[in-house]
Amino acid sequence: MKRCVIIGNGAAAAGCIEGIRSADAEAEITVVSAEKHAVYGRPLISYYLEGKTDPAHMNYRSADFYEKNGCRVLYGRTAVGLDPERKEVTLDGGETLPYDAVCVAAGSSPFVPPFEGLDTVEKKFSFMTLDDAETLAAAVREDSRVLIVGAGLIGLKCAEGLRGRVGAITVCDLADRVLSSILDAECAGRMQKRLEENGIGFLLADSAVRFDKDVAYMRSGKEIGFDILVLCVGVRANTALVKEAGGEVGRGIAVDEKMLTSLPDVYAAGDCTESVDCSSGARKVMALMPNAYMQGFTAGVNMAGGEARFDNAIPMNSVGFFGLHAMTAGTYEGELFEEKTDGTLRRFYVKDGLLKGFILIGDTTRTGIYTSLIRERTPLASVDFALLRQSATTAAFSPAERRRKFGGASK
Amino acid sequence: MKRVYVNEEWCLGCHLCEYNCAFANSGKNDMATALKGKRIFPRIHVEGADKITYAVSCRHCADPICVKSCISGAISKKDGVVCIDRDKCVGCLTCVLVCPFGALAPGEDGVMQKCELCLQNGVGAPACVTGCPNRAIVYEERGEEE
Ligand SMILES: Cc1cc2nc3c(=O)[nH]c(=O)nc-3n(C[C@H](O)[C@H](O)[C@H](O)COP(=O)(O)OP(=O)(O)OC[C@H]3O[C@@H](n4cnc5c(N)ncnc54)[C@H](O)[C@@H]3O)c2cc1C
Ligand code: SF4
Ligand code: SF4
Repeated sequence: MKRCVIIGNGAAAAGCIEGIRSADAEAEITVVSAEKHAVYGRPLISYYLEGKTDPAHMNYRSADFYEKNGCRVLYGRTAVGLDPERKEVTLDGGETLPYDAVCVAAGSSPFVPPFEGLDTVEKKFSFMTLDDAETLAAAVREDSRVLIVGAGLIGLKCAEGLRGRVGAITVCDLADRVLSSILDAECAGRMQKRLEENGIGFLLADSAVRFDKDVAYMRSGKEIGFDILVLCVGVRANTALVKEAGGEVGRGIAVDEKMLTSLPDVYAAGDCTESVDCSSGARKVMALMPNAYMQGFTAGVNMAGGEARFDNAIPMNSVGFFGLHAMTAGTYEGELFEEKTDGTLRRFYVKDGLLKGFILIGDTTRTGIYTSLIRERTPLASVDFALLRQSATTAAFSPAERRRKFGGASK
Repeated sequence: MKRVYVNEEWCLGCHLCEYNCAFANSGKNDMATALKGKRIFPRIHVEGADKITYAVSCRHCADPICVKSCISGAISKKDGVVCIDRDKCVGCLTCVLVCPFGALAPGEDGVMQKCELCLQNGVGAPACVTGCPNRAIVYEERGEEE
């Protein structure tokens, strides 16, 4: 019987378990889970603070998931070593797990820059795990002044989640705009406005230089008093296990279309990996839930001896704050087509006759039609692109293509 | 499994399927109280323009990317039918970002909804099909992969 070991227990691990079971009902599966929880929807932690969900509904899979799939889960245990020659994973505590195939699905960790005086701050938090969210929820009071360092997705989602629970929230970032990795200044401005209208304060193009207990001294000379500090500066892929075992690692663990690393029988999936973005051809970390699941599933099928490839990953985001949604996907390069109104913005990037990327704000109805054009590399010459730019509709496809899509043949 | 299919040539563009869908999922016994004077949130949409119209609803894909993408694990496939656990959905719209058919949209309460073939709402068979005056929508087995 094949022995499969999965390191990590997030969405990528869940995908891996389902991938293995789709190809092999017998294989032995052991999951090493540093967190003491069954797999949950990590992005839900901000919705939990907001009161839109609760731990009873955050489980990513049903309560009998591991049992049904015949998995042994080692909760609260960490893999500390990987030996690709002896084919063994070493756990904290020293015991080893032999494997025939292993998947590193270790996610990422919050990155904390070495701020001066950070050790003098009593109430400081990261925002990555359910435990983080629960400790933060327990620490805030109705009159707390919260300072969030980092205006990326995680920092802003944390701000939205905390808004109804605290007195004041300020978000600071070195970048001159919010969501700087996915939005340009104009688009970012629209999202920032919505956040400001809902009582979130911003200090952008400014960074904390030093902390002293409950004061942040900013580069601009400003001093910000706070009771609660949340550090959402960024995340780093957990690559150490593969790197130390001699595997190829960039910003993430390098994987191919089968999710195989450069080490034999060592697969990797999810936020800890870097792979090819099919909209640009560049290798990058695409740390997103759908990619994590699909990579995990692909790894699982291959670990079980099946054949699967995942060759159309792209960065894609659905980001909403206080009811205003933005969706982005792919790469912003090539010719720009833009349509704007007061409440909406649509940008499409076209190169080599293909849709390469988009940014939509306000109206995001049926956006998946656009996303699939990028992922499936549909030649724009074969669709009515002028119509599509107005609205996402399958009427832009030819009748023959529609018949193929709707009429029988699976996609 | 049986799926909902549309014959473009026969669709009149009357939008009745949208009303029948909204009514079937309203939980009400009377169409007027359920829909009259209200904005409706159907799970099937008539698309197209001028000469060509047709209705689109969830394809219950063999490899459903919505299931693989949902951040809360709220979408699952049971016996071939792709369903949403509306108590788990947080309205993040990730499924809208990925569905190639544009088959998901938030309902009146902001929670995601999609066609579940009228199997969960007590109606028993797709109301869009039953009510189509020109039999442009059918519910049948065409041997597609499940
Ligand atoms: C607040 C927040 C909001 C987000 N919002 C979105 C969103 O809206 N949409 C979206 O697509 N993505 C979002 N993301 C990103 C998304 O959560 C990740 O892409 C996804 O969780 C990645 O899954 P994963 O399985 O690769 O890693 P993770 O979910 O991070 O799981 C990895 C697990 O492995 C464990 N682990 C690490 N090392 C070891 C070891 N050596 N031994 C044992 N266990 C180990 C970790 O403790 C962790 O539990 C958000 C993230 C956060 C924090
Ligand atoms: S919602 Fe979209 S992706 Fe999901 S099964 Fe239906 S058609 Fe397929
Ligand atoms: S909107 Fe709801 S169903 Fe759709 S991906 Fe988000 S949580 Fe899942």
